[in-house]
Amino acid sequence: MNWTDVCALADLTPDRGVGALVDGAQVAVFRLGDGPVLAVGNTDPIARANVLCRGLVGSRGDRAVVFSPLHKQAFDLVTGVCLDAEDVRIPVHPVEVRAGRVFVGPAGAAGAARRIV
Amino acid sequence: MSARSLVVVGHGMVGHRLCQALRERDAGSVWDVTVLAEEPRPAYDRVGLSAYFTGSTADDLSLVAAGFLDHPRLRVRLGEPVVAVDRAGRSVRTAPGHTYRYDALVLATGSYPFVPPVPGREAAGCHVYRTIEDLDAISASARSSRTGTGVVIGGGLLGLEAANALRSLGLTTHVVEFAPRLMPAQVDDAGGQTLRAHVTGLGIGVHTATVTERIEADADGRVARLVFGRHPEGLTGLDADVVVFSAGIRPRDELARESGLAVGERGGVVVDEGCRTGDEHVYAIGECAVAGGRVYGLVAPGYAMAEVVADRLLGGAASFTGADMSTKLKLLGVDVASFGDAFAATPGALPITFADPVAGVYKKLVLSDDAASVLGGILVGDAGEYGTLRALVGAAGAVPDDPAQLILPAGGGSGGSGGSGAGVALPAQAQICSCNNVTHGQICAAIGDHGLTDVAGIKGCTNAGTSCASCVPMLRTILGQQLAAAGVEVSTALCEHFDHSRAELFELVRVRGITTFSQLVAEHGRGRGCEVCRPVVASILASIHNEYILEGERAALQDTNDHMLANIQKDGTYSVIPRLPGGEVTPEALILIGEVARDFRLYTKITGGQRIDLLGARVEDLPKIWQRLTDAGLESGHAYGKSLRTVKSCVGETWCRYGVQDSTTLAIDLELRYRGLRSPHKIKMAVSGCARECAEARSKDVGVIATDLGWNLYLGGNGGFRPRHAELFAADLDTETLVRHIDRFLMFYVRTADRLQRTAPWIEGLDGGLAHVRAVIVEDSLGICAELDAAMAHHVDTYRDEWKATLADPVALRRFTSFVNAPDTSDPDIVHVLERGQPRPARDGERAALIAGTTTVTGRSA
Repeated sequence: MNWTDVCALADLTPDRGVGALVDGAQVAVFRLGDGPVLAVGNTDPIARANVLCRGLVGSRGDRAVVFSPLHKQAFDLVTGVCLDAEDVRIPVHPVEVRAGRVFVGPAGAAGAARRIV
Repeated sequence: MSARSLVVVGHGMVGHRLCQALRERDAGSVWDVTVLAEEPRPAYDRVGLSAYFTGSTADDLSLVAAGFLDHPRLRVRLGEPVVAVDRAGRSVRTAPGHTYRYDALVLATGSYPFVPPVPGREAAGCHVYRTIEDLDAISASARSSRTGTGVVIGGGLLGLEAANALRSLGLTTHVVEFAPRLMPAQVDDAGGQTLRAHVTGLGIGVHTATVTERIEADADGRVARLVFGRHPEGLTGLDADVVVFSAGIRPRDELARESGLAVGERGGVVVDEGCRTGDEHVYAIGECAVAGGRVYGLVAPGYAMAEVVADRLLGGAASFTGADMSTKLKLLGVDVASFGDAFAATPGALPITFADPVAGVYKKLVLSDDAASVLGGILVGDAGEYGTLRALVGAAGAVPDDPAQLILPAGGGSGGSGGSGAGVALPAQAQICSCNNVTHGQICAAIGDHGLTDVAGIKGCTNAGTSCASCVPMLRTILGQQLAAAGVEVSTALCEHFDHSRAELFELVRVRGITTFSQLVAEHGRGRGCEVCRPVVASILASIHNEYILEGERAALQDTNDHMLANIQKDGTYSVIPRLPGGEVTPEALILIGEVARDFRLYTKITGGQRIDLLGARVEDLPKIWQRLTDAGLESGHAYGKSLRTVKSCVGETWCRYGVQDSTTLAIDLELRYRGLRSPHKIKMAVSGCARECAEARSKDVGVIATDLGWNLYLGGNGGFRPRHAELFAADLDTETLVRHIDRFLMFYVRTADRLQRTAPWIEGLDGGLAHVRAVIVEDSLGICAELDAAMAHHVDTYRDEWKATLADPVALRRFTSFVNAPDTSDPDIVHVLERGQPRPARDGERAALIAGTTTVTGRSA
């Protein structure tokens, strides 16, 4: 796997996202509270703008989600599925945290993301 | 069996109601309906016509739901009036010469305004007040007025509406009434006195017991002067070049006369209890009909007649045996209600009256000779009890031992105004909605049968409250009583993470001194939060503590607009709006804003709130843009926040020859005082320097209009999806009192409103409405004014500019990048093209062309 070192874990504000470039793809990277780091594609497929990293994170039921800052649709951060439009999904990227650095891999099959704290 | 043909003449409110009723109930498709209408537009709300002058469009007033006219068994011919009826041949002929055969004919031609035979009444600038076209003509005359003065002839209900219209068009307005009091058909002398005091207090001249002898025109044929033949103070006339006649209506009965149908002594097509004329195939309904010897000039009886005819056409035996002539309206901001036997004409009737000339309130309740039942009444200045009292008319035994309690103001200390009707047990047959004839029992049944939990549900199931809406507060009360009785609790939960309403969370945070979202959700909620509760809690924390909104954990609560301190646009760029208090800007600041826009290639537009919006800013440019704005002394405009936006103003007495107070200085002072105050929704304000109202203050949450003596304060206005005019809260205030009222109003709103609830619906939702607000913030009925004052003082003392704070915080500045691992790279998918010399986001086709290299791209700034 071709991992990209995007930032230090300490650069991530809990419950907020950042944008990153991973092999030319725009990725949104989130740290949930002081827990896991998750990454999805940064493009909101409904609004067609690269904004998901600036959305609020939270939960719907027991799923961790990001809400698009444009029209507030919820995207599951683990599966990439849009919970407000089931046929819409966004790419999910694997994340590894090693020695205080955050590494993001290329988009894999939906749901295949690995979560490592 | 082939369908039968119904021809309806006229598509006014009543004619339309017939079409609706028939289409709803004609399950067997017995009738094909043809409507032949004189007016060029389908049915509209003539009762609400005056709203046309306060921002409603003809479309807003339309009564015709989308798709209704597409019904396959309904055709509506607009602008095609019927000119002749051939009863023998059962057909009608229209102006263009078409003939329509009918099996049943319904005349719903309405009425025309009566213009008294005053010599000179044909002069240009003389109008009536009946159709949207009339209103357009009145507007045009007002615009071309040289005297700036308008006169309404007729001081009845419609006359006062017309007076309000002339006033809203900026004219000095007078009302001339032949009778010795205003609204002679609805109120008695004492009520008329109270009403007169309100009307003259608005600057409208009132001339009762006055006869207009003639109207004089100038050389161009435009009305120039009204000459009085009689005036109680000896006034000989008024110079005016806009005149509106509003002296009553006359039935449009010419088709009936010409075809030999019986008409009443004073006009109107005579009908029986089935609303049928002497010809069994011909009906008449609404204002063109005489039923039981009288013409009904209100919409509710017309609707009732339409329902009767719909029933009869489908084989029923419904009958119209007279109607409730109760009226409740808000005229010129004054409540006026009249119901039942308002003039105590019943033998032995016992009137009880209450008058408070200081508050401008007059109430009269007419009881039966045994004081056991309510016969009628008059309410002026405060009609809060109207719903209950009118419903009690005719309901035996519903009067309490001390009937005066029904109209006396609520006892001290309760905080709310009277009028909710709580405590009076209404009988099931009590009529709650007189427009649509819906009883208390029907409403209760609908709530129970359909499990309704809101007023909208009641409206949908019963039609109650869908016409004049005066019974809506009663509906809310009944709903509350029914739900409480059934043990149903209506959820006010904010979202899945909190069971509390915003107001309850506010109290929890305030009283328990909670300072973080994680503490609040751990102790009082569940889960991680969401796009609803996180910003709400962020707003509450900001309202109470007024600390930097991006500090620590709070940064993760802010919606992207508050997080980036700018407004996100559709392509992911942001707009920047610096604060220009009161809309005042120095040439230097204006030049700087222009230079910033030029250097960062921002689309520049003037906002409705007298500021300058710079759009298309990339995330990474925001700090650079703000560094330059801040260096020049400009501050955040909080256009991104649920907070005070602007205080719009006119130039006031400083420059304007009409201004009476310094509106600009007050606007600046207010904007600086309340800037940055986080609230449940955005707050807009305006200050006008005179009654001409150039700052449009009445469309704001807080509107201030200068008077000769001080300031009038209006509360609860807004534009947007459901425009509302602010209502007068207090008059002729000095500046200190004005500011104290606004302080408390805002803080009370911030504490108790729901999420994203503007001030208008918040006030509407309070039990007692604006009167309750007055009790709380003027009379301190809840004993919280000291807290509200302290909270505002804290806000004012601790305000600091968020952009200045952000620029000084290296950690906060790190968020302004597109890519954490490539901070100098901008989002390559953001593409702007030039239009009219300014950038805008590229459209899809243009993006494709860009790839081919044929379109000009605005390059990135250095």
